[in-house]
Amino acid sequence: MTELTSLTIAEARDKLKAKDFTAVDLTKAYLDAIEAANGVFNAYVTVTPEKALDMAKASDTRRASGTVGALEGIPLGIKDLFATEDVHTQACSHILDGFKPKYESTVTQNLWDDGAVMLGKLNMDEFAMGSSNETSFYGPVINPWKAEGSNQQLVPGGSSGGSAAAVAAHLCAGATATDTGGSIRQPAAFTGTVGIKPTYGRCSRWGTVAFASSLDQAGPIARDVRDAAILLKSMASVDAKDTTSVDLPIPDYEAALGQSVKGMKIGIPREYRVDGMPEDIEKLWQKGIAYLKDAGAEIVDITLPHTKYALPAYYIVAPAEASSNLARYDGVRYGLRVDGKDIVDMYEKTRAAGFGTEVKRRIMIGTYVLSAGYYDAYYLQAQKVRTLIKRDFEQAFHAGVDAILTPATPSSAFGIADENLANDPVAMYLNDIFTVTVNMAGLPGIAVPAGLDDKGLPLGLQLIGKPFEEETLFRTAYVIEQAAGKFTPAKWW
Amino acid sequence: MSVDLATVKRVARLARLAVSEEDANRMVGELNGILGFVEQLSEVDVTGVEPMTSVTPMDMRKRHDDVTDGNKADDVVANAPSTDRNFFLVPKVVE
Repeated sequence: MTELTSLTIAEARDKLKAKDFTAVDLTKAYLDAIEAANGVFNAYVTVTPEKALDMAKASDTRRASGTVGALEGIPLGIKDLFATEDVHTQACSHILDGFKPKYESTVTQNLWDDGAVMLGKLNMDEFAMGSSNETSFYGPVINPWKAEGSNQQLVPGGSSGGSAAAVAAHLCAGATATDTGGSIRQPAAFTGTVGIKPTYGRCSRWGTVAFASSLDQAGPIARDVRDAAILLKSMASVDAKDTTSVDLPIPDYEAALGQSVKGMKIGIPREYRVDGMPEDIEKLWQKGIAYLKDAGAEIVDITLPHTKYALPAYYIVAPAEASSNLARYDGVRYGLRVDGKDIVDMYEKTRAAGFGTEVKRRIMIGTYVLSAGYYDAYYLQAQKVRTLIKRDFEQAFHAGVDAILTPATPSSAFGIADENLANDPVAMYLNDIFTVTVNMAGLPGIAVPAGLDDKGLPLGLQLIGKPFEEETLFRTAYVIEQAAGKFTPAKWW
Repeated sequence: MSVDLATVKRVARLARLAVSEEDANRMVGELNGILGFVEQLSEVDVTGVEPMTSVTPMDMRKRHDDVTDGNKADDVVANAPSTDRNFFLVPKVVE
């Protein structure tokens, strides 16, 4: 029998149905894999074996009685940003020290309602602020991929680095993640996995620790396009507890796979051809274009003229919202408290000790751009530019484009503790150059692996769609996946 | 626009972040790097452009003003660092 942990969600679902094994068998296989390898990857910050086995037993009981949910008995990892009742929830920050919420996030509740099993909480950049998972209070995550002939440890990307690494290393069948500027798609691209950030409003944000509320959106990281489609269907919902969640029917995304892309118009934005982009990325992009052309899609050149302003606008809007959202961490209601000589001293000492360097940097930027006298020059200007970024996309879609194809990242995975990046925050921010426009416009975007670079590391392509047309993305990404194949790291651990 | 040491300290105070002299000095350079990067936004012509307030054109749903939850005082204070009979305890704020 093949290793149970090597099965995709779709395969495990069929074999559970055929009674080849039980949810308890499958869950134990994952718990053993985590036990053996988490010390290497640091992907989980908390493993919940007892809860996992209880949930698996309950799943097997439900199955025996004929009740089978869409994710019945499937073991998942959960990003530490999602509130999970009575289980470690810290957004991988020291300031939420010891926090165990008394409630469950809507996204995770939806998964449990569909029969899924929780294995534990996954590592991430602190408060989802980072592109390498190195800002986590719990230390970096190691990418299961290594360059050919090299022993250098690479980052899995971020902020959902634990989610991406755990999926790529088969330490869970699939994982939840979140994306504010690229935090699902960039780590997916760095680990050869599939990640989708759905349209803003598709998943409820209730119970997800807030970073930048107008940009944050949950989505899955999975081993292939089909698994991502299965997971998103369960995660998505309209929710009375999040007024920005949308009341639109949730399609059967899996049914979109295998549908033809013949006659579809795929836009290629010229502004995504940036200076200094490695040749491998350009080659990959051309390969993706060829795959879709071969499948009958029409390729059209388009222009998104405000692309270059998306990242600077993001670094005003996101820190501004973060500085406001993170004001709640004051040492009074939850988490860390450092005593001071008076209440203000207590606030200041608590926040100084509880937040890491990158989080403090963004709180400072956000506080500055919102402070008296600067609001118009920075925040208001950025929100106007955001309108223009969205208008660029609207014009392309209005001209008949069905989806837009771009590279997912400007490079493959880089080394842990890269000195150039550590000393230059802006250089690290440039990782999100291709993904951040999508958050600014609230659109859906999927990253799908499409090849390896000359070092043998995975590279991803990104497809951007119209609002709430995730089906088009799954359909098109599946064509790329069928043509390019899937990518699994050689096991060295 | 660029920030100096005094501005960094003032912003840190507004953000309720204690910063050492060393942190503040380091932040001057970092913040100026980021502000220099975002400066390019000023070259965009935004005449007549409305600032974005919502990415999806939708009216916010409203619910009836009904009590739907409650009687969870124990849960509310369960994670607090310091409490007394379901009150949050903080350092003295009035003399």
